[in-house]
Amino acid sequence: MRAPVSWIREYADLPADVPVEELAARLTALGLKLEAIERPGHDVTGPLVVGRVLTMEPEPQKNGKTINWCTVDVGDANGTGEPQGIVCGAHNFTVGDLVVVVLPGGVLPGGFDISERKTYGHLSAGMICSTRELGLGDDHEGILVLPANAGEPGDDVFELLRLRDEVIEFEINPDRAYALSLRGVSREAALAYGVAFHDPALRDTPPADDKGYPVVVDDPEGCPVFVARTVSGFDPTAPTPDWMARRLLLCGQRSISLAVDVTNYVMLELGRPIHGYDADKLSGPIRVRRAGEGERLTTLDGVDRELSIEDLVVCDDSGIIGLGGVMGGQTTEMSNTTTRVLIEAAHWDSRSMFRTGRRHKLTSEAGKRNERGVDPTICEAAADRVAELLVEWGGGTIEPGVTVVGHPPEPRTVTIPIDLPARVTGMDIASDTTIANLEAVGCEVDVAADTLTATVPPWRPDLEDPFDLVEEVARIVGYEDVPSVLPQAPAGGGLTPEQALRRRAGRTLAGEGYVEVLSFPFVGEADFDRLGLDGDDPRRTALRLANPLSNEEPLMTTTLLPGLLRSVSRNISRGTTDLALFETSPVTFPRDGVAAPILPVDRPPTKQEWEELNRAIPDQPLHLAFAASGDRDRGGWWGKGRAAGWSDVIQTARVLTDAFGLELSARASTLAPWHPGRCAELFLGETSIGHAGELHPKVCRAFGVPPRTSVAEIDLDLLISRAVRVPKAPGFSSYPVAKEDVALVVPEDLPAGTLAATLLEGAGPLCESVRLFDVYTGPQAGEGRKSLAFALRFRAPDRTLTEKETAAARAAAVALAEQRHGAQQRS
Amino acid sequence: MSGPNSEYDPVQVTPLDEEHVNAMRRQALAAIAAATDLDALKQVRAEHAGDRSPLALANREIGALPPQARKDAGQRVGQTRGAVSQALAVRQAELEVEAEARMLVEETVDVTLPWDRTTKGARHPITMLSERIADVFVAMGWEVAEGPLVEAEWLNFDALNLGPDHPARTMQDTFWTEPPENHLVLRTHTSPVQARTMITRTPPIYVVCPGRVFRTDEYDATHSPMFHQVEGLVIDEGISMAHLKGTLDHFAEAIFGPGITTRFRPSYFPFTEPSAEVDLRCFVCRGQSPAVEDCRTCKGEGWIEWGGCGVVNPRVLTACGVDKDRYTGFAFGMGIDRTLMFRHGVADLRDMFEGDVRFSTAFGAEL
Ligand SMILES: [Zn+2]
Repeated sequence: MRAPVSWIREYADLPADVPVEELAARLTALGLKLEAIERPGHDVTGPLVVGRVLTMEPEPQKNGKTINWCTVDVGDANGTGEPQGIVCGAHNFTVGDLVVVVLPGGVLPGGFDISERKTYGHLSAGMICSTRELGLGDDHEGILVLPANAGEPGDDVFELLRLRDEVIEFEINPDRAYALSLRGVSREAALAYGVAFHDPALRDTPPADDKGYPVVVDDPEGCPVFVARTVSGFDPTAPTPDWMARRLLLCGQRSISLAVDVTNYVMLELGRPIHGYDADKLSGPIRVRRAGEGERLTTLDGVDRELSIEDLVVCDDSGIIGLGGVMGGQTTEMSNTTTRVLIEAAHWDSRSMFRTGRRHKLTSEAGKRNERGVDPTICEAAADRVAELLVEWGGGTIEPGVTVVGHPPEPRTVTIPIDLPARVTGMDIASDTTIANLEAVGCEVDVAADTLTATVPPWRPDLEDPFDLVEEVARIVGYEDVPSVLPQAPAGGGLTPEQALRRRAGRTLAGEGYVEVLSFPFVGEADFDRLGLDGDDPRRTALRLANPLSNEEPLMTTTLLPGLLRSVSRNISRGTTDLALFETSPVTFPRDGVAAPILPVDRPPTKQEWEELNRAIPDQPLHLAFAASGDRDRGGWWGKGRAAGWSDVIQTARVLTDAFGLELSARASTLAPWHPGRCAELFLGETSIGHAGELHPKVCRAFGVPPRTSVAEIDLDLLISRAVRVPKAPGFSSYPVAKEDVALVVPEDLPAGTLAATLLEGAGPLCESVRLFDVYTGPQAGEGRKSLAFALRFRAPDRTLTEKETAAARAAAVALAEQRHGAQQRS
Repeated sequence: MSGPNSEYDPVQVTPLDEEHVNAMRRQALAAIAAATDLDALKQVRAEHAGDRSPLALANREIGALPPQARKDAGQRVGQTRGAVSQALAVRQAELEVEAEARMLVEETVDVTLPWDRTTKGARHPITMLSERIADVFVAMGWEVAEGPLVEAEWLNFDALNLGPDHPARTMQDTFWTEPPENHLVLRTHTSPVQARTMITRTPPIYVVCPGRVFRTDEYDATHSPMFHQVEGLVIDEGISMAHLKGTLDHFAEAIFGPGITTRFRPSYFPFTEPSAEVDLRCFVCRGQSPAVEDCRTCKGEGWIEWGGCGVVNPRVLTACGVDKDRYTGFAFGMGIDRTLMFRHGVADLRDMFEGDVRFSTAFGAEL
């Protein structure tokens, strides 16, 4: 909402010297938030005066143009009283017209300095101005010709044209719809300064009669009040007065025609949207009803719309002629031949307005006000004001009839304990202050013992609940007076173990050299294709957005890998090639066909409703994914580097599970998007928590990441749920350790982890660890076989082991490996 | 050592006479002194104190002497061997000190050689700031509440006094999901977590909720379809706006330093009434002239818009099963991304979501 200060001052008796910044600050403190302050015309300096054209000599020029050599009476403004000689290129004026003259020394908008200059063979001393040159509009077809009664030659134009003004632009919150008008803004300005407010809606209006245009309202709930007035004999070519066009412009609206401008002007003035019809195009009585199934209307914007049975429509005998309160139709639109205007000032149900606006994606200045709630008591005043302005500037007469159908709803009352504002705000607010402040916003207040009943003013449909009154009282007392008191919470339990462990996961990864990234969760089918997921891969079943930002990415992702790989690719394209990245985010697995209920709000959900609602929420486990690309160990003066590979991401997973007090095991797997021979499924005991390994070369190419890029994705929620919460202290032996090495030749496809587990099992309880330290696959191992070397450590809890005991345990381990895997000991 | 040899003629055992023993001592001590390194000393030790050294050989002869002579010679040789052994130990110690000093010189390296063998890890500053904020509240006894990103429409809107026809509902540009009849949205604020908390817990409630939210904003330097909020909720007996102000002042000071407090401006949110915008005292210029005039952080305002807050609307309490006659509450919310932007001077919001490692690694380990 843009409000010229000069207009505010018409209704609020503000002190003359109030700076606009202060006014804006006080209004902001009351809840009308300042967006911007503009000072139109403040870059223009005089002398800028009224002139009367005394003579004009057309002089054709060689370039084909004709200029006028004029003498203009500017009174005493030029210091001599002599006529001023001025060259003017425009032709839309004649001798005797009043025009606007800027004399030498003046400055026009944009820093355009005016001085005497020789042009077309004359000494031109000044300039006759157009509205555009004055910054008043964009009409540059000719110069601005003032009405004959505008003033006398030499009069200052600044005041006459309201050339200088200050405009405050506010961001109006939805609850303060009344402030979408000068009436409302001025009321608040008067409140801010404790000065008188002159309500522009207070006017004597003629009483309703049955001689006005016939109107029938079939749906009084949707349209409680419908007022119609008619003006006939109106001159459709009459121009909009400059001051009105100027104010509309300052408020952000272009001047269109007098009739349209007047309806817009009154809407800005009073907040009540007005619709004007070409009365000669109407046939039969006006009827307000809900639209029927399948009915259509072409609205003013030229769009043919299919209407809903919820839409409120205005009809005549020809059918539907407008979407009530939202937008008129084309057939009865006012035009440049309209001489008879039917003025509609109606009050519409705000909820219907909102629904219709949203359904038809229509936003208009009228709709914005109607859907937020307009004062229902000012329809007659608004219609009367429009009629007055039309006749004043467009001629014609107001027809005698006054149609008023319906009546405004009864005023609402709200009762509160009188100390409620003090209790809710924590401010020291006396009862008298509460009463005075409620009265200041327009409430009538009745006090009975400890309670107060406020009758809410009709322009405040937002005041419904006790706490709404609290806010009204508090904003006038001033939010800056709210004291600062720290509440005392009961002793808390700190972070939950899950929350603490989540932090630990991130810190562990960062400690391992990984950098955390945050990606958008949006993906497309193409991402799943790039990952090489099978058609029936469960990760392809993703939640679809109805209104995605990009049609390429309409799905909520089921895996963090696409986002992570995009980050890898982006870093590489920006010149960072040795990369280790991780991300911790939820992924979404939709539940099929379960709807979340829309529950009532006048009571809490029942247990059953609450469970039903939560069953519909998709499963959103927290995942952790990480990727390594380029060198994991960089090369340098110390020697060669080492490229990141499948073993690095498995190693990182192991460090992570170590940090949670868990032991990770890996098993060969063939899941996409991993390399089928280099993918590990990660287990805690028998529970799979994710996968790690090298990406399939096709996937690397598809995402534009280097070959051998290795990734892992883990269900972090699952991992955290398994974390050891209360670890037991270890019991360990202080007797010496006995070490034995074993080298075994086994089939090449036997996983080392399996063989290690066999050795540990075979060696029995004396064996405390088995660690692989060498893998050999050369000719000495034999075709299709490999040699694995393990270090075994033996120890007893209560004694030093003898060589014999150790040898026996080792032999048992080897024997089980032979028996189970055909392992042969290598000498 | 040989046994006594009675047939031996002591007179002929010349190595044991005093002159000869002294000569051996002189030779040994001279050799020890002449040894310039540990290897040379080892050689000397073998030559003059080893099994085949003259002194060792002489020692063997002692047994062959007659008793009186044996005693004299034993004493003489023993003293000499002791002196040689001591000299060796002293020299050994000296040479070891010299050798270590030489080693320390010889092993000097160029410590300016680059050592960037491994990549630098980092957590995301949004994560770290979220944790920092949560910790401020946890320190006051609050708890951290959480909820799903894909949320029930009813919890994201209706339960928060944003009914289907509430004009404010269009202010939040919501991502809706298919099919529409399932009534699921990407949460547009962390407020549904507040509703969940009220529905599932009994007051007193003191919770803070940092989390990720979504709106259909086009992606540019200051807007993102995904961003992060932190909200707080208190439900207790006798709670007022004063407690809200006290909490936010404490929060501001904990994150921005002493003296950085907040101010309230009237505003509107469906879930709170009265509602306020929260401004933060500019932590750079502190609103003091003349610094404020050119301050780029607050653009000369002295205050920074930080978030929204208010007293929980009793309609919300009703929908969430809180006895509105017994309890009041307050709630607040601010953007974590925005806070990070002005606290750390991040010029472009997109830096947070593009995964460029240079961004996260610039913020260290904790914020
Ligand atoms: Zn500042």
